[in-house]
Amino acid sequence: MKFAVIVFPGSNCDLDMYHAIKDELGEEVEYVWHDETDLSKFDAILLPGGFSYGDYLRCGAMANQSNVMSEVVKAAEAGKPVLGICNGFQVLTEAGLLPGALLRNKNLKFMCRTVDLQVVNNETQFTSQYKKDEVIQIPIAHGEGNYYCDEETLASLKANNQIVFTYASENPNGSLEDIAGIVNEKGNVLGMMPHPERASNDIMGGTDGLALFKSIVKQWRETHVNHA
Amino acid sequence: MKKVKVYVTLRESVLDPQGSAVMGALHSMNYNEVKDVRIGKFLELQIEESGRDIDTVVKEMCEKLLTNTVIEDYRYDVEEVTSK
Repeated sequence: MKFAVIVFPGSNCDLDMYHAIKDELGEEVEYVWHDETDLSKFDAILLPGGFSYGDYLRCGAMANQSNVMSEVVKAAEAGKPVLGICNGFQVLTEAGLLPGALLRNKNLKFMCRTVDLQVVNNETQFTSQYKKDEVIQIPIAHGEGNYYCDEETLASLKANNQIVFTYASENPNGSLEDIAGIVNEKGNVLGMMPHPERASNDIMGGTDGLALFKSIVKQWRETHVNHA
Repeated sequence: MKKVKVYVTLRESVLDPQGSAVMGALHSMNYNEVKDVRIGKFLELQIEESGRDIDTVVKEMCEKLLTNTVIEDYRYDVEEVTSK
C-alpha cells in the first residue's frame, strides 16, 4: 500500500508521519510537495500537522488554495482514504471535505500534552482495529482545535455516526460535544486534532496510534489484494 | 484604483474567547458599561480596474479565501483612490 504525505511550506509533522508509515507500519510512503498535480499512484493521502503557510489569515486557509488540494479532493471523491491530522484537519475543513471549522482554543492557550480519547465509532476504515468505546492515549499539540459547527450540521454528524473520536476525561480546547475527530458522510475522509503518528512506538510513550494506521491498511488489503 | 476595506468578524453564534478576555480586562479597569467585545480582522486591498465587476470580485475573494463563512461574517466598503 502506498501512502502520500503532503508537505506544505510550514508542515512540521510530516517526518513523524513518514516515520510511522515506513518504520512502524512497514508500508510504502513518499513525501509530496504542495504544488504536485497528480496523486493517482497513491492509495492513501495523509495531511500532516504543522503551520502551513504560517497559518496566516486562518489556519489551513492558504494551504487549501495550493495545487495539490484539487488532487486531494479528487482522491477523496474516488473513495481513497484521506487522513488529516491537526493542521491537516484544519485544511480539510477549509477545503469543505469535512463540515465545520476549528476555532481558537477556548482557554486561548496552545495545548501540548497526552489526552484520553474515546473511540466512539470503530466501524470506519480508520478505526476498525480499535474496540468500540475504547479509551486510548494520544498526544495533542494545538492552539486552534476547538471544533465548531452549527446545530444542523451537528445533528447530521450524529445521525450519520460521523463523530469518531471524543475527548474522554477532559476537553482541552472547548470543542463542541468534546469532538476530537470526525469523518465525512462517505467515511473515507477523517480529520482529527490529536496525533496518532506520535503514539506509534513505545519510546514515544505509547503505541495507541498505530491501530489507526493498521486499520487503513487492513481495509485496503481486504478490498484490493484479496480481490486481485 | 479602488481601495476596498474588508471587515471580518466571527459569526454571532460563534464564541469569541479573545473578545471575552478583553471584556474582562475592560471590566477590571472599571469600564463596566462594556457589554460585549468581538475581535475581528480588517483587510485593506488596492484593486485596479480590470473590466470585471468589483463587487463580484471582492465577494468571490471573500468567500474563496479571505473569510470562512462557516464561522465568519464579512462586510466591505469600496473607496475611490485619488492620485495626487
